[in-house]
Amino acid sequence: MPLTDCRLTLAQTNPALGAVQRNLEEHVAAIEAAHAAGSQLIVFPELSLTGYFLKDQTAELALDVDGPELRTLRELSKRISILVGFVERARDGRIYNSAAFLEDGALLHVHRKVHLVTYGMFDEEREFAAGDEFRAFESKLGRFGVLICEDAWHVSSGLQHFLAGVDAMLVPSCSPGRGVGGGATELSSETTWRTLLDAHAMLFQTWVLYANRVGWEDGVFFWGGSRAIDPFGKLVTRIEGFEPALAHASIDGGALRRARVATPLLRDSKPWLLARGLERIAAAERAR
Amino acid sequence: MNELDIHPPLVEQLLTQFLREELASAGFSRAVLGISGGIDSALVAALCARALGPQNVLGVMMPYRTSNPDSEGHARLLAARLGIQTKKVDISAMADGYLAAHEVKDRMRRGNVMARCRMIVLYDHSVEFKGLVIGTSNKTEILLGYSTQWGDSASAINPIGDLYKHQIYQLSRHLGVPSEILDKAPSADLFEGQTDEGELGFTYAEADRLLYWMVDERMSEQELVARGFDAAFVRRMAARIAATQFKRVMPIIAKLSQRTINQDFRYLRDWGK
Repeated sequence: MPLTDCRLTLAQTNPALGAVQRNLEEHVAAIEAAHAAGSQLIVFPELSLTGYFLKDQTAELALDVDGPELRTLRELSKRISILVGFVERARDGRIYNSAAFLEDGALLHVHRKVHLVTYGMFDEEREFAAGDEFRAFESKLGRFGVLICEDAWHVSSGLQHFLAGVDAMLVPSCSPGRGVGGGATELSSETTWRTLLDAHAMLFQTWVLYANRVGWEDGVFFWGGSRAIDPFGKLVTRIEGFEPALAHASIDGGALRRARVATPLLRDSKPWLLARGLERIAAAERAR
Repeated sequence: MNELDIHPPLVEQLLTQFLREELASAGFSRAVLGISGGIDSALVAALCARALGPQNVLGVMMPYRTSNPDSEGHARLLAARLGIQTKKVDISAMADGYLAAHEVKDRMRRGNVMARCRMIVLYDHSVEFKGLVIGTSNKTEILLGYSTQWGDSASAINPIGDLYKHQIYQLSRHLGVPSEILDKAPSADLFEGQTDEGELGFTYAEADRLLYWMVDERMSEQELVARGFDAAFVRRMAARIAATQFKRVMPIIAKLSQRTINQDFRYLRDWGK
């Protein structure tokens, strides 16, 4: 079903580090507020149930997708569709940085972060197993794809969702704020993310729904800036400031159709050229 | 505009939020800090006053009998301007109790003892005032190791430890730190006539620029020299950073068990907060 007119909420939360129960209560409050505001979808940040720099807490806080925490949220998803971030313990014991899409009381989709960040201040590959696919899925609201934070830094991630025909990319994130030099009036992390998200919206002609958290963990802060961008690359809503907040936005379902008529990028994308090009590169690698 | 320039309103917003939130994580809403009359502690006092309200900030003046009287004067001027609470604790008797009894003559040892006496006073006031001790070391001096370990470097949280001295001046001007403090030569005031730049043997401006390109931008010695830095200065600074690394880490623990604190027992301080 093509994207319908709908209302959505971006939840810019400040999870307590490792306090799953407390965070779950805040999720419930935000979900109820979003529902009261008439939203049909609420998007939470990456690892919204646990907080980010978990280190040894990662394994201690890993949740089963059928466990009680997600069951609570699944129940609430009878009223409003929910994207929530959590530490997932898979049946085989592997632990993933995951986001679950819940709708009509059911778990519709789980995306496991593919591009774990392990450089500089990050150490995700120590804590998590990497996901191995980008899969679009059908919600009653439209066709969606999830990119968790660093996933969006690899153009091949969004490209797959684009070619799979998604209407919106849901981008939950825990992006730390940094870069205050050069006289810039905004953080360099904000400058780069804005460029990245705008480019996704424009080049992949999709809605981009970005939910980034706020708050501090041992001196590192997350800069928020949660936003919705339409398929023309136009900003529809943005949460200002570094505080927790909810932003409600209306999605004009027709914008997607109009954007793809005005500039038919998906129609003209020629994915078989990409397939051939990748084969050629792979063959050259093998021959080397 | 240069690479070190900050946009002061943005940094002010972040650091006041940092103070409020990290204090709250530890269960506090008040701050204790030493105010020396110098720029670093003036800036931290100003940030604390804005973040927590001046009534929730205690600035402690801790002169030793040889301290420059201007230092206390400037600290009082600052405190009056900010409206924070103040207390004076003369550390002469406390420091001399040890220094005289053990005939400590060496200038550096005496300075270190004074710095550690001040740490004791602040941590005791932390309990009395129900406030956390806020650090006042900037990035330049932390990288240079220009501090007394467990002395002036000791704190619970530090809002300015990622700001170079140039940025300290920028933010201080923005927050209205008195010109008497802004305009004087930085000094630890541990002995008469001491200035930071005199003791270090180079200026903060030189150090800031080099440290920025070396540390923040990870330039190699070759790249730094190509950028115009003197090769001997680059090597001297690199050696100084490495030699003072012990001041920037927690004490080393001998690993014996399967799970050793800070090796494979890894949790943030904000654990569960």
